[in-house]
Amino acid sequence: MKETTDLYAGSSEVTEGAVYTAMGGDWDEITREQAASDDETLVINMGPQHPSTHGVLRLMVECDGETVTSIRPGIGFLHTGIEKNMEYRSWTQGTTFVTRMDYLTPLFNEVAYCLAVERLLGIEDQIPERANDIRVLMMELNRISSHLVCIGTGGMEIGALTVMTIGFREREVVLDFIEAVTGLRMNHAYIRPGGVANDLPETGIAQLRDVISWLEKHLGEYADFCNENPIFKGRMCNIAYQDASACLALGVTGPMLRATGYDWDLRKVQPYCGYENYDFDVITWDTADAYGRFRVRLAEMWESLKIVKQCADRLEASTGQPVMVDDPKIGWPAKLAVGPDGQGNSHEHIKAIMGSSMEALIHHFKLVTEGFRVPAGQAYVPIESPKGEIACHVVSDGGTKPFRVHMRDPSFNNLQSVPIQCEGGMLADIVVAVGSIDPVMGGVDR
Amino acid sequence: MSEQNEVEVAPTAEPKPLAVRKGMWSQGTGDTSGYSGVVRTMWATAPSQQPFGSYFDEIYDRLTALVPDAVDYVVVDRGELTFYVLREKLTEVMQTLRDDALLRFELCASASGVHYPGDEGAELHVVYHLASMTHNNRRLRVETTCPDTDPHVPSVVATYPAMDWHERETWDMFGIIFDGHPHLTRILMPDDWVGFPQRKDYPLGGIPIEYKGTVVPPVDQRRSYR
Repeated sequence: MKETTDLYAGSSEVTEGAVYTAMGGDWDEITREQAASDDETLVINMGPQHPSTHGVLRLMVECDGETVTSIRPGIGFLHTGIEKNMEYRSWTQGTTFVTRMDYLTPLFNEVAYCLAVERLLGIEDQIPERANDIRVLMMELNRISSHLVCIGTGGMEIGALTVMTIGFREREVVLDFIEAVTGLRMNHAYIRPGGVANDLPETGIAQLRDVISWLEKHLGEYADFCNENPIFKGRMCNIAYQDASACLALGVTGPMLRATGYDWDLRKVQPYCGYENYDFDVITWDTADAYGRFRVRLAEMWESLKIVKQCADRLEASTGQPVMVDDPKIGWPAKLAVGPDGQGNSHEHIKAIMGSSMEALIHHFKLVTEGFRVPAGQAYVPIESPKGEIACHVVSDGGTKPFRVHMRDPSFNNLQSVPIQCEGGMLADIVVAVGSIDPVMGGVDR
Repeated sequence: MSEQNEVEVAPTAEPKPLAVRKGMWSQGTGDTSGYSGVVRTMWATAPSQQPFGSYFDEIYDRLTALVPDAVDYVVVDRGELTFYVLREKLTEVMQTLRDDALLRFELCASASGVHYPGDEGAELHVVYHLASMTHNNRRLRVETTCPDTDPHVPSVVATYPAMDWHERETWDMFGIIFDGHPHLTRILMPDDWVGFPQRKDYPLGGIPIEYKGTVVPPVDQRRSYR
């Protein structure tokens, strides 16, 4: 290495590798030297603001030519301290926080949290059947909308733009229904400890039937566009391979595990919310690659639709039944209604408590400001989210606020498998791999 | 190691108080409710004795036969099984739980920390959630503790690689040092962050908000029910 003196740069001892000092001059010599050497390692910082990282994911990639030799994900850019915040709010307010974690699967966050709180309260068996049916309905619709985003954005990232546009078209139909029920497209806080915040609107079942017929008509298009599309298959097949043993070692669940051929689905092995009453199949695939995960998600949407149809029948039969636990010490006293600007108070309920019943008003006030106390202890309730096992670890010290809430988010865990899927592969396949993991950074960073 | 043993809590038969609380409201706020003299003690869940019921005895018997003197005490509560494991034995216990055919907890789903400032000598808890897929979704919680003055717990990454990020997050949030972890750095907070945000003595933060002449204090300083 040639020694040059730079007035402005300090000197340091370098024991190996080429050293370039930036002082202008003849770059031709440097590039010629570089071209002659066989060192083609390139370090690329992908993200945190890269459109294909599904939020703010940073990937530190080391390449040799176009081959990835090392990749390390960096997370934390969307950390908002949700778990800490929940320790300062009542148990019911907690749902407002968890719904903001993984914002593509808000209803699963809420169900996981509420099931854990209900286990601590010891009211798991007292949840009305209609509340459970509504929970299942909302979760399965949410599963469809989450898978649509995964398939849609995953398609967009490899150039299949139509898959994205039709994906969001269908998702919009699903979200319209969820908005009609909960008042909002996301951040619902709809599922509460003890049941759900309000019943379906009067036209709910009719609207649900419309959603079902729309999805039945259009869900098939994804298979027509993608399943045998040679470009699509060329980008997806044998990419981001991860077999069952690697999945288990890294704690990976959900479609990624099922794409290895293992039919692990908590809805079947440990039914909750009454999933044992529904007829559906667990979808598997045997290629353990990005294409397999795509096919699993695609077929899972049909299974979800099957469950949604059964929910519609069950809900039609149970019209008028309660949707909140029959315990005035726990059941949220405010009767909510969906207004033009989202979810709000029911005027009739306010009229009743303000005008006719002093006791009801006191009760309402106590339960809304103080909340209820949850007996001390801890609970961990896992459920099957579109991305894998989502679970809530809740600790109570017997007070009106959670002592500790920790969400085991599937994306947080699954993102650890980026290196095993990408190292040794091509640079362009990172995008496919991350898309097939389907991480949502709101859930990863919480 | 002998130093660690000295501060380790002795096996407990009695439930421990988690916190003692006085009055109706949170500290530092005026109490006009008439309940200011009320003292409430929050108790931890009492340890359970055999038989535990369900599949719990089978797991306990098998584990104690393979790794004796590792489980400090057992809590069966609300249908969930928790082993409180001495931290010196944690690595061995986890390896056995994974490898033994009769136990076979393949999946370590989650690790999280809990800070109990009132639990003297064992303020920091690490909680692992295991699942056995072979045995039809048996669930087990393994909890281990360490004192605030010596926040060391052996890492289980060698047994369960999935715990890599989970332990990093627990270090990041609670300051628990996982000995043997391959790369124990902050994961959610910035690298140069000072303090451990999820500890109970770490403030939530926030600023007072003025609204129409009234000042609303930040949420952790508001008067609130206990």
